[in-house]
Amino acid sequence: MTDILAAFGWIFDPVNWSGPNGIPIRLGEHIVYSLLTLLLAAIIALPIGFAIGHSGRFRGLAVGVSGALRALPTLGLVVYLALITTNLTIVPPLIALTILAIPPILAGAYSGLESVDRAPIDAARAIGMTGWQVFTKVELPLALPLVIGGIRSGALQVIATWTVAAILPVGGLGRFLFDGIAVQNYPEMLGGSIIVVALALVSDGLFAITQRLVVPRGVLAGRVRDTSEGDGRRSGRTAPAESAPTT
Amino acid sequence: MFASKKSRIAAGVLAAGALVALSACSSSGGAFSSDKASSSSDTVTVGSAAFGESEILMQIYGQALAANGVKVAYKPSIGQRDVYLKALQDGSIDLIPEYSGNLLQFYDKSSTATSSEDVFTALGKALPKGYEVLDQSEAQDADSYNVTKDFSEKWGVTSLDDLKKVTDPLTVGANPEFATRPYGIPGLKSAYGVTATLKPISDSGGPLTVAALKNGDVQLADIYTTTPAIKDNGFVTLKDPKNLIAAQNIVPLINSSKASDKVKDVLDKVSKELTTSDLIDLNGENQGSSKTQPDVLAKKWLQDHPIK
Repeated sequence: MTDILAAFGWIFDPVNWSGPNGIPIRLGEHIVYSLLTLLLAAIIALPIGFAIGHSGRFRGLAVGVSGALRALPTLGLVVYLALITTNLTIVPPLIALTILAIPPILAGAYSGLESVDRAPIDAARAIGMTGWQVFTKVELPLALPLVIGGIRSGALQVIATWTVAAILPVGGLGRFLFDGIAVQNYPEMLGGSIIVVALALVSDGLFAITQRLVVPRGVLAGRVRDTSEGDGRRSGRTAPAESAPTT
Repeated sequence: MFASKKSRIAAGVLAAGALVALSACSSSGGAFSSDKASSSSDTVTVGSAAFGESEILMQIYGQALAANGVKVAYKPSIGQRDVYLKALQDGSIDLIPEYSGNLLQFYDKSSTATSSEDVFTALGKALPKGYEVLDQSEAQDADSYNVTKDFSEKWGVTSLDDLKKVTDPLTVGANPEFATRPYGIPGLKSAYGVTATLKPISDSGGPLTVAALKNGDVQLADIYTTTPAIKDNGFVTLKDPKNLIAAQNIVPLINSSKASDKVKDVLDKVSKELTTSDLIDLNGENQGSSKTQPDVLAKKWLQDHPIK
């Protein structure tokens, strides 16, 4: 208990809020590093995941490869990449963490597309939509909550794991962990960990909200009708009557 | 999926439990208590800490004693200092290779002695009753500031005192604690008037620190003096004329009841022969591609340096 108090004492000590090793700078670095990692991972994983989900091909390969990637120990990979490239900047951890973030984003992308009901896809084809139109106007909007779910779980891992990068002379919240343990400053370590946890929770909350916001109106309306028939006011406002199932 | 996750957690818990059990054993001395009887006989039990260099030194001490008619038993890889010093005090071991500065810090945290002589003198007073250190070797395994050969030649730097001549900004690659330790950044400033910034690299002068020095990310690197990478890369270890860094001479720490004249004589001769350069070579063969075992290395060293 006293440890937790000391950690919060460390967090709220004004001394730790200024200077190049202050909490705002380290937090800012951590957010930038994490966003950059997610962006890179998304650029790589989303197109591949969409292609697999849309075509249904190479699924086994993707599951196998991404499973193997998950098993790579990130700290070891950071050190290994730093040694073979003799580069002690954020580049080695950026690569290692991108590799860490690819599997969940990839899984979210293909399972999102796979989860889409065949009926609207067939309907879209029947009215003459091209493959691209089916993907952008039907599959993607319907898959988006799961796709974002993949990015959400990737973000959680990335935020937590960027801390190991501080074995190298780079910034981010991991500095508090590595610098703290070097001088047995446990309030600093625990305080830094608490900030990481807080950042992860905030990120998770934002993604949760986004996941709700991107659900297409038609799907929402259907859901409302299915579960509570009495709520006619809301479904009437959000859903075109012809898309709602008749009971 | 769930089952495998659960079993993984179970394995983790088991491992943690085993660790607790192990550390409980070693801290209570239980693991060694059966050997108490042997320590009361004329056998000298030599121990070592849990790293290669200490095991090599243990083998050198042991084999040198055995070659001179002393009965020897070995207890390698006991653990960290607090654990193996407990083993020494409960009689599980009688003799262990030690490092003078760190050993002094263990028994006297307030000591400010840094030179080899001062540390050795202070050590004699700080040790608990019944234990003593024999003559210290000139061989040292201490922190040291290293620069590349190019840097050394370019600025004419061979000592920490020379760093004042360098007009470029200086960064040091070292563990994070270097930012606050008296032999680190603050010491450079107070003892030598040199301003430097730290690039924290958490591998204790290992390959990452070496890489940073090689590619110019840092101009100075804190590397232990017996690390083979210093020789392999032609790094220049800067002299420390003001004894900023506490000496870490190799000394035999022994239970006084086992320190017969013969034992003392043999170990003093070993210490006299042993050099830092020897340790670099021995560590190099131990850690390098050949991975030669400590007992083989000790045997070879004793063939080159017969102790009679």
